[in-house]
Amino acid sequence: MERSFTGRPAAPGIALGALVPLAAGGGARAASGAAESEADALRAALSAAHADLSGLVERSTGDAADILEFQVALLEDDVLAEPAFAAIAAGRAADYAWLDAMQREIAGYEGSDDEHFRARAADLHDIRERVQAHLTGTAIETAVPPGAIVVAVDLAPSRFLAIDWSRGGALVLTAGSTNSHVAMLARSRGIPAVMGLGVDLAELSGEALVDAHRGTVIVNPGALTRAQFARDAKAAAATRARASAAAMQPAVTADGTSIQIMLNIADPRELADLDPAICDGIGLVRTEFLFHDRSALPDEEQQYAVYREITEWARGRPVTIRTLDAGGDKPIEGLTPVGESNPFLGMRGLRLSFAHPDVFRAQLRALARAATHGNLKIMLPMVTRPQELTAARSMLDTEVAALRAAGISARRASLGIMIEVPAAAIAADHFDAEFFSIGSNDLTQYVAAAGRDIGAVADLADPVQPAMERLLRFVVDVARAQAIDVSLCGDAGGDPRAIPRLLATGLRSLSMAPASVGQAKLAVAGVDLRSPPAPAPWPK
Amino acid sequence: MTVRSPNDPVPKSNAVHTGSALLTNDVGLHARPSVKLTQLAKRFGAHVEFARTAAGPWVDAKSPVKVMRFKAAKGETLHFRASGADAAEALAAVVSLVERGFAAEGEDASQPRRE
Repeated sequence: MERSFTGRPAAPGIALGALVPLAAGGGARAASGAAESEADALRAALSAAHADLSGLVERSTGDAADILEFQVALLEDDVLAEPAFAAIAAGRAADYAWLDAMQREIAGYEGSDDEHFRARAADLHDIRERVQAHLTGTAIETAVPPGAIVVAVDLAPSRFLAIDWSRGGALVLTAGSTNSHVAMLARSRGIPAVMGLGVDLAELSGEALVDAHRGTVIVNPGALTRAQFARDAKAAAATRARASAAAMQPAVTADGTSIQIMLNIADPRELADLDPAICDGIGLVRTEFLFHDRSALPDEEQQYAVYREITEWARGRPVTIRTLDAGGDKPIEGLTPVGESNPFLGMRGLRLSFAHPDVFRAQLRALARAATHGNLKIMLPMVTRPQELTAARSMLDTEVAALRAAGISARRASLGIMIEVPAAAIAADHFDAEFFSIGSNDLTQYVAAAGRDIGAVADLADPVQPAMERLLRFVVDVARAQAIDVSLCGDAGGDPRAIPRLLATGLRSLSMAPASVGQAKLAVAGVDLRSPPAPAPWPK
Repeated sequence: MTVRSPNDPVPKSNAVHTGSALLTNDVGLHARPSVKLTQLAKRFGAHVEFARTAAGPWVDAKSPVKVMRFKAAKGETLHFRASGADAAEALAAVVSLVERGFAAEGEDASQPRRE
């Protein structure tokens, strides 16, 4: 029977396909009923997990390797699984026995008064999940067939990236926020997404039709609904055609003002089928995802190859590459701290880079080398004080000088900062950056004190509100006075609803997901700067 | 460091060697230190244990899971005891490791590694 559920639209589009649930932990497993074979199953899973981890250790260095070695040490210790084997001998199934034993071990860490011990609970979680995945035979992401409608409670960005979206599909989250990174990735990849459905995962099985414009998920759609879907799909294709035609045109307002349209990308693969003529350059390369896709931190050579590839794609257009912005909701195993009570206010962005100078210097070297192949610029995330910019600049200058001294071709690329911490926005005139880029997602959530990953308050994190407009105007005025470029990267930049107000603040450069370029150019064409819109009102 | 060998004339292989050391590193007997301690203890054939008091209860110094369950914080004194063929060497090694703040041999422990 047809059943309809409604959530929040997170990335536009429609899709019809099979619902494929992704469990947060392991999947289901058929127990053998015999203690001996259950014990064998657990032994096999433990040794497979040990092999995984040992492989990871070999490919890692520094802190990442230390963390992994700790996990290996725990896994090698028979004491860890002793209670699980005892429970199996008493008749429990292997997966339940394992989860139960680990839950107790984890509780011991989480109950500690000492922050350092509480933080290690994350390592125990990792071990639990790794062994459980082997026990249940779920190499989770690879089990998703192409074109599927993936359903989950919430989804980590790294898991989203591990899924093959090449043949379409859609994402449905029963929890989740439309401002989260996974929502941003879905928009960037053009994958329809609906979040915050608020129902049990078990309700979502069979086939479903996702209308991510309305935020509806229709399970087991009937003939009438399917016919309507076919018409909608045709209309959507027409809208896409109109937007993609606009995408190849320059962005000019009704009064003839040219607007620069830049791209936000997280992976060079996003550029594979794109003609660089659709944009005026790349306004934001999110390098943390390069770190996510690998089982070990990418070294200087690997980074150089990727940065060079992106820079060469742009054929002389500016390419702004942001240094590692891990932390917050983008953890990287072995690099970001675990157990921070509020990761968005903690060790993330440039702060994390300063804590790992070797990782940061390797990235600066890779960027300076790639800068010889085009118009590459370097952007620092989460800058809070002018001294941080000074320190990063001095590190960049040192690395450029060292490369040249070693006979390696390098260029001191232009060095700018993200304006996303309110302190930097409010005191923008204190920073002698070579350019500004307003990170509207983070700036909004810090200004509104409303997390973009928390569905219940996500509405407060609206980039179009008086406080944000006032800040943007100020930052744009400072940039003009200092004669430096200022751009805005963040979802607002590609949002047709926000674009008229962003242009009214004086912004003339917007950076957005490749999938948004067409609609953004259409929105720009509808703006007449001779009669700017009234300031944004507070919502009723 | 205090390392005492019992005076009674039992054969050396059966002797229980005891000692103690103060945990001075910032994070206590945490992930990295516990791995170092257990790896070091495992190099010896001796049975190596530690405790919060000289009277126990004693914890196997070769089990990282048990060492982590113990949750020793900075400023605590760890009591060690070792028995078996190379007990004296094992005891001296683990006590010295704790006293060095888990730094490698010869390394300066006044610069604790960030966790």
